[in-house]
Amino acid sequence: MNADVIIVGAGIIGAACAHGFAERGLDVLLLDDQRGGATAAGMGHLVVMDDNPAELALSHYSLSLWRQWAPLLDEGCAYRNCGTLWLAANEDELAVAEQKSTLLDAEGLGCRMLSASAVHEAEPMLRPGLVGGLHVSGDGIVYAPNVARWLLAQQPQRIRQQHAQVSEVSGNRVRLCSGEWLSAEVVVLATGSARELCPELPIRPKKGHLLITDRYPTRLRHQLVELGYVSSAHSSAGTSVAFNAQPRPTGQILIGSSRQFDSLTPEVEHDVLARMLQRAIDYLPSLAQMNAIRSWTGFRAATPDSLPLLGPHPSQPGLWLALGHEGLGVTTAPATAQLVVNQVCKQPCAIDVTPYLPQRFASAEQPA
Amino acid sequence: MKRDVDLLILGAGPAGMAAAVAASASGQRIALVDDNPATGGQIWRAGAQAPRYPAAENLRAQLAAAKNVECFTATRVIAQTGAHELLLENPLHSWRIGYTQLILCTGAREVLLPFPGWTLPGVTGAGGLQALIKGGVPVRGERVVVAGSGPLLLASAASAKAAGARIECIAEQASLASLAAFALQLPRWPGKLRQAIELFDRHYQPHSHVVEALGDGRVQAVRIRRGSRLVEIPCDRLACGFGLRANTELAQTLGCAIEAQAVVVDNLQRTSLAGHFAAGECTGIGGNELAQVEGAIAGFAAVGLLAEAQALTARRRHWQRFADLLKRHFALDPELKSLPTADTVLCRCEDVPYGAVAQQASWRQAKLHSRCGMGACQGRVCGTAAEVLLGWPTPTLRAPFVPARVDSLLHAAALSSAAPTAVE
Ligand SMILES: Cc1cc2nc3c(=O)[nH]c(=O)nc-3n(C[C@H](O)[C@H](O)[C@H](O)COP(=O)(O)OP(=O)(O)OC[C@H]3O[C@@H](n4cnc5c(N)ncnc54)[C@H](O)[C@@H]3O)c2cc1C
Ligand SMILES: Cc1cc2nc3c(=O)[nH]c(=O)nc-3n(C[C@H](O)[C@H](O)[C@H](O)COP(=O)(O)OP(=O)(O)OC[C@H]3O[C@@H](n4cnc5c(N)ncnc54)[C@H](O)[C@@H]3O)c2cc1C
Repeated sequence: MNADVIIVGAGIIGAACAHGFAERGLDVLLLDDQRGGATAAGMGHLVVMDDNPAELALSHYSLSLWRQWAPLLDEGCAYRNCGTLWLAANEDELAVAEQKSTLLDAEGLGCRMLSASAVHEAEPMLRPGLVGGLHVSGDGIVYAPNVARWLLAQQPQRIRQQHAQVSEVSGNRVRLCSGEWLSAEVVVLATGSARELCPELPIRPKKGHLLITDRYPTRLRHQLVELGYVSSAHSSAGTSVAFNAQPRPTGQILIGSSRQFDSLTPEVEHDVLARMLQRAIDYLPSLAQMNAIRSWTGFRAATPDSLPLLGPHPSQPGLWLALGHEGLGVTTAPATAQLVVNQVCKQPCAIDVTPYLPQRFASAEQPA
Repeated sequence: MKRDVDLLILGAGPAGMAAAVAASASGQRIALVDDNPATGGQIWRAGAQAPRYPAAENLRAQLAAAKNVECFTATRVIAQTGAHELLLENPLHSWRIGYTQLILCTGAREVLLPFPGWTLPGVTGAGGLQALIKGGVPVRGERVVVAGSGPLLLASAASAKAAGARIECIAEQASLASLAAFALQLPRWPGKLRQAIELFDRHYQPHSHVVEALGDGRVQAVRIRRGSRLVEIPCDRLACGFGLRANTELAQTLGCAIEAQAVVVDNLQRTSLAGHFAAGECTGIGGNELAQVEGAIAGFAAVGLLAEAQALTARRRHWQRFADLLKRHFALDPELKSLPTADTVLCRCEDVPYGAVAQQASWRQAKLHSRCGMGACQGRVCGTAAEVLLGWPTPTLRAPFVPARVDSLLHAAALSSAAPTAVE
């Protein structure tokens, strides 16, 4: 055995799991080939999402864990408790905001409906004419690559990192590209997608574009998201864009987001970027004259029900999955780590894990 | 908005201007694009206090007379929007330009290496100081130290002197032996010899390099290592540049082959990519005479005037030998890699110390964890320094190639009013 636990993938999910296992006194070997994943590309918005009860439970639980980490994180992690301002452009979206408010209230999450004028006062850069909004106070932002680095630095004696590409997994064993086999009590797959190592799992890449501006003295205060986002995020085909803007602590604005199922190349696509930016300008007109300094893309690992796979592989004893976090893996990393570690250590979990068990797709699993 | 030209020339320095003039005889529609407010490039930079250069005036007059050449100054290339199509932006507009042929004349930039104190106000590049002076910044009566490497140091010192500054020291890192060997060859290029004699300054010190800039809020002195001795020289300005680096990024992004930090070209200045030529310092550092000949060859070749192009190859060979000589005798001493200390700022945009970058395995990892190179200059300064200090290849460009208005990026796609609505 090469360690108690081998984790494949050192994105924020692998790092959080490594941290969680190390906290329980287990020795972790973390393998990553540094090809770069969603953690390096994503937006790092810590947000309670409520598209379904399981998503709400996971993100709510995870945000409570983020607040425990917050005072310990270093400056490079850029944690800010800026809250989210959900924007309603019309009466339909206002109704969505009210439903959301009721749901979050019932969970005991701090939130508040804002009138049109209160929205404008909160964020003067927004165009006039929005009908209202919902402010969710517990949400925040982080710079995820540095959180991953920070997590691994907390338990240096228990976490060994190795630069290696894994070419095959089989139960509690992994094969490196060098041909060498490594084994542990438990292998955890945290590679985001599973295309190479477990192609039987139903995970599809969903491309996203982001763009960041230069630094400006006029600042946004909240992460801004249009409520139309809900319908955009859920379309299962084609390309959609929605307005999403994040105030970086540097004075830059990070603009999202697009969702695309059919594109597998990492290139920035000008037409998609332009649509995304047009949408952003619709909400923040002065953005048009600001300078953009960089745009890039990333891939979300999407499951059919948008919930991650957390738990034992349906048919490979010794292999555990922490995959498929779609557009919410930074938010849900701390909860993911707790749910996976507790399952492995046979300890009770703080929330019901049933909705996230990989087993739910086992019937769909067919040999190719 | 989209417009098409037969020949697009990027960069209006000596190479780009010569290319446009050579190609203009063909009658083709030609566009000459440069991000500076006026043509002239680095050496013939226009400005309130800029001297008049006869060669530049001559080319400018020919350009003005050529009705088929349009100059777009203060215009930047911000993205590639298709094969043979780029997105341009000026202070007011943005538009796509399609071309049949392209000549890249993107020149070179100064290599700025970090050393303790290099971010103090009053410290600039050697060419940077020249640009300030040409722009009208007064330096009369100021004590100036020039340091680094290459002929640009003498040119920079001469500009400062002409503007009334006092030169305290010109610290050249190359050894005396190397400089002597260089000087012995100079008579083969009488113009260069004359220039060297004119520019020579008794404060010129070989085998000397800057170690630290000292000062409280502004540079007040500079510490120079001269062989094994350390000397401290009081000054009001330090102008420090370690030679030039070809601007190959755009060529590389378009798909042209790059070798030894230069765009690869054949004897007609053709790059590896059909329809794409390159000339001037983006194909290797060689001075403005070489840039002009190469530009003219590229301009003639692009419009099919091959005899005219070929007639210039002997002249190019003459100046290429001079370029080779420069490269050989001003090679950077590997000792300069120890200039920065761990807490010397490497990336000024994001305020990242050298130590945080040097401990990383690659430029990508360094960017990811230290945010080095993620600021407005997108690593053009610190990426070049990291290339010299750590041997990391400079990254390719991504759109926007330079900071560009968000609005301009909307033009990257042919967005029509019938574009699908945001949320399906
Ligand atoms: C555009 C975009 C915006 C986003 N915005 C947000 C947001 O605002 N809030 C939020 O919570 N989430 C957001 N996300 C989602 C979030 O970024 C991801 O869910 C999260 O980063 C997933 O982390 P991960 O560790 O599972 O995967 P990754 O970060 O992809 O890490 C996987 C790791 O595995 C390694 N690896 C892969 N295969 C192998 C192999 N065979 N051998 C060795 N190593 C391997 C890779 O090198 C990589 O380091 C966004 C995602 C995108 C793309
Ligand atoms: C800072 C500096 C100062 C110098 N000072 C002197 C001097 O005093 N004396 C001397 O003999 N030599 C000097 N040189 C060297 C001199 O520049 C060259 O010998 C010669 O001018 C090279 O000509 P060129 O046409 O190849 O490039 P350049 O003169 O560098 O011209 C290239 C032009 O292209 C533009 N450009 C580049 N990329 C883009 C883009 N993507 N979009 C639009 N425009 C673009 C640049 O702004 C520039 O105007 C200097 C060089 C530098 C870098």
